[in-house]
Amino acid sequence: MSPTRPLRLTWVYPDLLSTYGDRGNALVLERRARLRGLPVEIVEVNSDQRVPRDGDIYLMGGGEDLPQTLATRRLLADGGLHEAAGRGAVVFAVCAGFQMLGAEFGGADDAPVQGLGLLDIRSGRGEQRAVGEVVADVDPRLNVGQLTGFENHQGVTRLGPNARPLARVSLGTGNGGGDGTEGAYQGRVLGTYLHGPALVRNPGLADLLLYWAAGPLPPLPPQAEDLASRLRAERLAAVAR
Amino acid sequence: MNDNTRHRSRLPIRARVATTVGGAAATVSRLAGKGDGSVIGGVISLRLAPDLLSQLAAGRQVVLVTGTNGKTTTTKLITAALAPLGGEIASNIYGANMEAGLTSALTRAPGARVAVLETDEKYIPAMVRATRPKVVVLLNLSRDQMDRAAEIWLLARRWREALGNAPDCRVVANADDPLVAWAASSARQVTWVAAGQRWREDSWCCPNCGAHLQREGDDWSCRECGLRRPPVSWMLYGDEVIDPAGRATTLDLALPGRANRSNAVIALAVAEAFGVHAGQALRELRQVTSVAGRYTQVSRRGCDVRLLLAKNPAGWLEALDVIAPPPAPVLLSVNAQGPDGRDTSWLWDVDFRRLRGRNVLVGGERRLDLAVRLEADEVAFKLVDDIDEAIDAARAVAPNLEVLANYTAFQQYRVALGRVQ
Repeated sequence: MSPTRPLRLTWVYPDLLSTYGDRGNALVLERRARLRGLPVEIVEVNSDQRVPRDGDIYLMGGGEDLPQTLATRRLLADGGLHEAAGRGAVVFAVCAGFQMLGAEFGGADDAPVQGLGLLDIRSGRGEQRAVGEVVADVDPRLNVGQLTGFENHQGVTRLGPNARPLARVSLGTGNGGGDGTEGAYQGRVLGTYLHGPALVRNPGLADLLLYWAAGPLPPLPPQAEDLASRLRAERLAAVAR
Repeated sequence: MNDNTRHRSRLPIRARVATTVGGAAATVSRLAGKGDGSVIGGVISLRLAPDLLSQLAAGRQVVLVTGTNGKTTTTKLITAALAPLGGEIASNIYGANMEAGLTSALTRAPGARVAVLETDEKYIPAMVRATRPKVVVLLNLSRDQMDRAAEIWLLARRWREALGNAPDCRVVANADDPLVAWAASSARQVTWVAAGQRWREDSWCCPNCGAHLQREGDDWSCRECGLRRPPVSWMLYGDEVIDPAGRATTLDLALPGRANRSNAVIALAVAEAFGVHAGQALRELRQVTSVAGRYTQVSRRGCDVRLLLAKNPAGWLEALDVIAPPPAPVLLSVNAQGPDGRDTSWLWDVDFRRLRGRNVLVGGERRLDLAVRLEADEVAFKLVDDIDEAIDAARAVAPNLEVLANYTAFQQYRVALGRVQ
């Protein structure tokens, strides 16, 4: 990324994949970049538009079964996300978006739908809906601290050999395949089941994505972190009781 | 023999026992101070006679009112608009809107020939089957309490199937909401109302085929499958209603806000289906000043406090339109108990930027979630612990305080202010 060009947060298909406060993830990335003096812009790409190839961080949110299938079909036809991921752009996806990144997921009638193939995972539908607070310990090599969030899904996601689990749950269901994992990452493509929104409650994860996209980051003024840290501490304490 | 006894005596013996026992339980529950007793009364009655609701509804003219926002207010407005019919109207005015609540409302008003029943979105198919309604009102459909509500495309499909199988029912539906319009278009008889749609984040795509919709002003259409906004017979235009004959009349409601004007036009369309003239109905609508504590103004230590309830992003958007202009301080309050939805992610779907530069107070059990949200929108605020601290802060700058809260936060303030109606 050249220093003059703003960091491009490309929000993929908010008209189909934004059921659940997903704007929060974009706003937190924008704020944390701006507080560090990094020029940044949010680019919203609707499902009738071409996906820009020059984004730095691509964001995908949650969605119902039918929109999830439609969005996947369009992204496969468009090819832009693949092109960007292929040259090392960061992809961050939540819930339905996370499932879409894999080889396949369960569609409206639970028939398997071909996914984007950017992450070595396979998802299907579980027996029970997982709804509630989640606490998970992140892969130590990512150095982002404990995850706190809220899950609401019926997916079961299994990881193939090329994807690493993002975290291991100490509370909640996560990927739900019986291995105690939550989310997955592979290179700079990362997905999670966590709402909350995830990057609001886990600023360390937001900074990891910014670091992947922009390199080493200057620290934030401590008072800028105060409310987010309090929220995080409150959420972790509320479920520890 | 009064009306009540006469209607009851037509019920089969098992249903009669069920309504009596259920009624007793409701009375006990009310006396014990546990709500209005409508749910427990209904639950007991239904256990005794599972088809009780169908029996209770038989022979009555039932209106079911559903949608994500405005159910309670519209139910009250329709009940008011039908007052010129004379006689008692059964209604679940306390918002108990599932099967037990509907059963209880009908049990309590055995002589009522007309029933206006707020109905939870998920229960529409079952309640349409059970009550064989004369009219079903579809207000709007948007994201709401995602941890327990069904997904809205799925809801719209279920409404569509249910209404397609109810040929005798008239649907009064908001043509400006694509999901609602698609759901209603399976019905045999539809009165289309241009009731407006402030929140559009859940209807950028065609509910029929998924293509990105073409939208221009209130009009919408799908280039792929041809679904389009149906021609309307009633319309909300600013503060005026335009009736099917093309006459414009100023609404001039006591209730505030665009959303309530929209609800009122829907109520007029329902009144028409009952043969009540719009002029007569409108006179009744103008008398409605508050609904279950909503919009109520109370004076507390010399400060005029007004309570607004909003439960989801679409509701908050409409409510932010309603709040009084500066310098009135605004108290925003959010909880995340069961009835509120336990995830606060939805706060990020609300655009708070228009509160920049205002005096904003933040309360509720999840005030830190709200604080982080406001910080991201660069809205300055002060955290408060309770309504009195908010009033202290407000009195320093203005004679009044606007309160916007979600469900249980609203109820807590209502109790603190003395159970205002």
